[in-house]
Amino acid sequence: MPAPHGGKLVYRVNNKIEIADLPEIRIDEDMAKEVENIAYGVFSPIEGFICKNDFESILEHMRLENDIPWTIPIVFDIENGIKEGDEIILKAESGTTALFKIEEIYGYDKKKYAEQIFRTIDSAHPGVKRIMEMREKFAGGKITLIREGEEKFKKYYLKPYETRILFKEKGWRDVVAFQTRNVPHIGHEYVQKTALTFVDGIFINPIIGKKKKGDFKDEVILKSYETLIKNYYLKERAVMSILRTMMRYAGPREAIFHAIMRKNFGCTHFIVGRDHAGVGNYYGPYDAHEIFNEFPDLGITPIFFRSFFYCKKCGGVVNEKICPHGKEYHIYYSGTTIREMLIKGETPPENMMRKEVAEIIMSYENPFVE
Amino acid sequence: MSNEKGKYTTVSIPTPLAEKIKKRIEGTGFTSISSYVTYVLRELLASMEEEEEEVFSKEDEEKIKERLRALGYLD
Repeated sequence: MPAPHGGKLVYRVNNKIEIADLPEIRIDEDMAKEVENIAYGVFSPIEGFICKNDFESILEHMRLENDIPWTIPIVFDIENGIKEGDEIILKAESGTTALFKIEEIYGYDKKKYAEQIFRTIDSAHPGVKRIMEMREKFAGGKITLIREGEEKFKKYYLKPYETRILFKEKGWRDVVAFQTRNVPHIGHEYVQKTALTFVDGIFINPIIGKKKKGDFKDEVILKSYETLIKNYYLKERAVMSILRTMMRYAGPREAIFHAIMRKNFGCTHFIVGRDHAGVGNYYGPYDAHEIFNEFPDLGITPIFFRSFFYCKKCGGVVNEKICPHGKEYHIYYSGTTIREMLIKGETPPENMMRKEVAEIIMSYENPFVE
Repeated sequence: MSNEKGKYTTVSIPTPLAEKIKKRIEGTGFTSISSYVTYVLRELLASMEEEEEEVFSKEDEEKIKERLRALGYLD
């Protein structure tokens, strides 16, 4: 099993902290998830919201100040009135409560931040839009989780210290992680099973959180994967748990970030597909593959896949490396096509989606986010 | 390599080795001897990364296994 990123799994939880006299700041559920990710070591070696030197180093070098690879800043934008040295309580409606010791307050250049992380300053990009809406200053400092918030999918909320023990107990030495934010079609299944062939187990790790209109609901994604695993995977070879973090849509940089989080969960390999964490046409389809060349010290091995498709001539699911036939024989797996069929109440064909998965999705009156 | 904000330092390597590296990186994505040496050293050091130390006691570990069993992850 790989060492956690940076060498040590962060665990910053203490439910005995006295908070009565401390000022409180309300945080939204996205921020609450970041707080818990810090505390439970999903973001190891990060121990809090980052300070200025790390922020600048991430933007410039895609590394923390101490040279450890890190591509996405974990930041906390603040209102005026808070000063360095303050101790404040962060509290979310779901119950997440944490102590935040403010070490540093610093300004930043929004355009530079957006350009470096997203390669664009186009406010139509959801990540850029988010930056432009942030307050003018960030606060950096360590976090200590006092109380975990409520989680609707608690059964699937495993922390890195749990998955590490789980993989060890299962006897898995090599574990491949699969990141998803969609329901599974046959193409996904083949990617997963091709990778699984060479390792001991697969860790299916859907991102759960804020979604945009028209996306599949979290519950539908989880139920459809539950069904797929139950019917088409060996129980002793597949584990699913959720990753509670927001999508940044930072393409290649986010692919590295996604890989680091899975390393912290104890995975040795990470599947990177076409246009990983992309949105619109801001990144090339395989930019998220190439960026891994810059990180010989990442500590998790990427497995790159191009698209799988069904070939009528081969009579099976193939990819461009193994199928010699022309495009006229190929049926491509398109999430958009499947979505359109489901909206019309049509069952996708079995060479596109497993019958059991389609049935689960269609059992929902509305499987999409409104 | 420039000493950008004090974030870089100079390391001496034998001239013949530097020449070898210079030839080695021709036509690759490496833009300088420094970028190549940095890459190789990072790779080397990462390969020597030590196994993690145990964060939890045996008792805590048993509790975690119990939760994993209760959730159906372990038999």
